[in-house]
Amino acid sequence: MVSLAALAGLAVSFAADLATGPAMLPLGAVLRVLAGQADDPMLTAIVLHLRLPIGLMAAVVGAALGVSGAVMQTILANPLASSYTLGISAGAGFGAALMIVLGGMLPVADMWAIPFGAFAFAGVACALVAGVGRLRGATPELLVLAGIACLFLFQALLSLLQFLASPEALQMIVFWLFGSLMRASLAKAAVVAAVLALVMPVLLRDAWQFTALQLGDDRARGLGVRVDALRLRAFVAVSLLTGAAVAFVGTIGFVGLVAPHVARMLVGEDQRHLLPASAVLGALLLSAASVASKLILPGTVFPIGIVTALIGVPFFAWLVLAAGRR
Amino acid sequence: MRVELDELTVRYGRRDAVRSVSLAAAPGRVLAVIGANGSGKTSLLRAIAGLVPHGGTLRWDGAATPPSGSVGYMPQDNAARAALSVFEVVLLGRLRSLAWRVAPDDLAAAAAALDEVGIGDFADRRIGELSGGQRQLVFLAQVLAGDPRVLLLDEPTSALDIAHQLQVLGLLRAATIRRGLTTIAVLHDLNAAARFADAVAVMREGALVGLGPPGEVLSVTLLRAAFNVEAAIAAGPDGRPVVVPLRVVDRA
Repeated sequence: MVSLAALAGLAVSFAADLATGPAMLPLGAVLRVLAGQADDPMLTAIVLHLRLPIGLMAAVVGAALGVSGAVMQTILANPLASSYTLGISAGAGFGAALMIVLGGMLPVADMWAIPFGAFAFAGVACALVAGVGRLRGATPELLVLAGIACLFLFQALLSLLQFLASPEALQMIVFWLFGSLMRASLAKAAVVAAVLALVMPVLLRDAWQFTALQLGDDRARGLGVRVDALRLRAFVAVSLLTGAAVAFVGTIGFVGLVAPHVARMLVGEDQRHLLPASAVLGALLLSAASVASKLILPGTVFPIGIVTALIGVPFFAWLVLAAGRR
Repeated sequence: MRVELDELTVRYGRRDAVRSVSLAAAPGRVLAVIGANGSGKTSLLRAIAGLVPHGGTLRWDGAATPPSGSVGYMPQDNAARAALSVFEVVLLGRLRSLAWRVAPDDLAAAAAALDEVGIGDFADRRIGELSGGQRQLVFLAQVLAGDPRVLLLDEPTSALDIAHQLQVLGLLRAATIRRGLTTIAVLHDLNAAARFADAVAVMREGALVGLGPPGEVLSVTLLRAAFNVEAAIAAGPDGRPVVVPLRVVDRA
């Protein structure tokens, strides 16, 4: 029931995303274009070439961030964990900035070099945190500390790069860090969707193990979970998901933190339901934020990274307070 | 399943938490492990559960490793922040066989365990809403749902009120006999150990200093040696010993 409502919400938000923009289109026209029944070439071009990539990108990136947040919160037993709060996005930001600063020195076009740098350093950040986990007796608390250390490390490195960068590069870095869907393309959306399609079944196969981990490491071990191996697998999955999501659109906070929380309130903690629900809600949140980013100042598209937090924080505060009252 | 420990040792860095403990636990019987804080009880139990590496040998009906899923372990900490229902928590006891679509066998085993422990009524409640005593019953149902042959429990009754203590220990004893379990429980309460266990193992500074039926093992001298406590021991209404701690004595 709840999942159907969330899916319907996503469909509405996705359609609204295609309809809004500098030129507001009627929903019916958008649907006709999607069904291949429109004869206005202008309309078709706007919907299919300009807005569809952005709409799809918002959905797949939101889904990837939602799932990676849910997995992080589960394996670290911490409701504040997400790839943003634990430095993985910061690692990606540093990787992207590094490529921007090095720009031109590499035999690869910026369009792919920057995402690659972001993806690679998201992996490095994940490996750093997971590396601490390989130490004997690493507890979830220790991993969270390692993640926060990782956040500060990459933020410092990023500041260093910004300090050293040329004014043009600095501007590019700052804009990249805002997070924006404007760089979306169908090919990029397909890459993120492919990563999602690859990682999701692997995560879902471990769904019961993740659920058992909610009861604490010791009890999970007693139930037969190989906790360290499970954490390592999960870190690899998170690194792939976050890397792919952040690589193309920049750092977008908040979705990875909130989507799992909302999902948990709706479907509970059984990971067979929580993981898919986090994906759908992450997609819905980012899609709705994409619509909002176009409506705040008509004619201007706000960077989505700014919008998610500006709109998301009051929403989240309301949600937490409402749940507390119940 | 008969569990035999031969010269079992657990070492953390340079410190020996458990020193050369040898004992055997038999099916259908409850063995209580008692001793002062830091005497190595929990380390001993965790070593048997396979959660910490150990020296010496462990035998399961003569074999070096127990059959998969035959050992149920209940840790001491029963905090639960998870937004899981009681039924889901008990179902997790079947983790080794749980598939995406839960099999009827697993559902039936979880329901049976809930009934066995007498908490069928709150199957739908969230684990986080329950009191500590109720949670302990849920975790007991969880470990029973896995159909273990050996049950390892770390202080199953600490932090419970006396009614829940009696309830948990009574259920444990009944399940041990009915299912033919080999039960090893770390207990803090000497009188609970005396009443509910068939044998007690007394630990001091990592070593075993007493082993046998409660009536034979619990003596004034042993309590002074193991706990640094002067105690009086009387015969209870069921003939088992009742320990009355009187005062702390200086270590000789």
